[in-house]
Amino acid sequence: MIIATIIGMAIVTMVPRFIPAFIMEKISLRPWLNRWLNAIPFAALGALVFPGIMNVIPEQPWIGIIGGLVAAAIALFNVNVIFAVVGAIFTVFLLTM
Amino acid sequence: MEEAVSTDIEQEHEQTRAAAIKQGAIAGFPIFLGYLPIAIAYGVLAKQSGLTTYETTMMSLLVFAGAAQFMAANMFAQGAMFLQIVVATFVLNFRHFVMSMSFMNKIHNFPLRWKFGLSLGLTDETFAVSSLNGKEANKSYGKYFFLSLFLLAYVSWIIGSFIGAMLGDTLPTSLSDSMGIALYAMFIGLLVPSVKKEWRIGVIAVISMAINYLLITFLNLDDGWAIVLATVFGSLLGISLLKEEEA
Repeated sequence: MIIATIIGMAIVTMVPRFIPAFIMEKISLRPWLNRWLNAIPFAALGALVFPGIMNVIPEQPWIGIIGGLVAAAIALFNVNVIFAVVGAIFTVFLLTM
Repeated sequence: MEEAVSTDIEQEHEQTRAAAIKQGAIAGFPIFLGYLPIAIAYGVLAKQSGLTTYETTMMSLLVFAGAAQFMAANMFAQGAMFLQIVVATFVLNFRHFVMSMSFMNKIHNFPLRWKFGLSLGLTDETFAVSSLNGKEANKSYGKYFFLSLFLLAYVSWIIGSFIGAMLGDTLPTSLSDSMGIALYAMFIGLLVPSVKKEWRIGVIAVISMAINYLLITFLNLDDGWAIVLATVFGSLLGISLLKEEEA
């Protein structure tokens, strides 16, 4: 039963991922649609970060926020994204000790 | 004589492909590192929810979607049934449809079987990193850049899940709690350099955050739908804010 559920999950995850491969094959895009699609990564990143980041430590939402601010501060220096990740993990670890 | 020429060309051909694979691996390395702790945490949770090591690892192999797998593990623990879990997974992962539309537009010149194959590896993280490296799609070996990036992420996710399942509950919770920030930090770390270059991108991201927050807080929308709607409507701003070359 668990394996059947996992296969069901796999199908409903896979189909929305690949359908655009066939849709985008047929149509050629107007410039405004191009700009819309090019903005999607940035809108998605915004929505993925907030307010979800406040649930890192659900009882203390500010810990996630501070971790995020540390990551943003590190990222301002144009270093590899790994440093932002490590810095944020370290910050949260210290704040929850 | 002719043979020598053709081997020369072949060698050059191989080198550029190898270079693309290497560049893809370099771009994907932060995802590789970021996924390991998260996948381990998932493996631990899934094991505690009553899944076997085989089931835990198979879910990563077949589904390859972090947030949905955490949710499913929790739902299994609460005794949820097939339909509930599958429907919740569909809702939570539908954002990949929107992301895939954007990514397929970037790799418009790839053959259909490549588009199909790469689409299966789309996650929040592989999508974000690929989009920021969108120019690779126009290079002659761009396909291999994305393939290597996606495979690295996929392998890391599977290995991490397996390790987590093996560890079971031996991992201290303080450590796994701190790891929860990893992917958020990665999203922020990917966003900030783009905002530094073009402040309008920051406006799009912040508006999208606000829409997402309002939908979740005031309309009590599922996280999945809220993220889809916030992404679609937030990016609409790009039509008037972005210039053509900001791909």
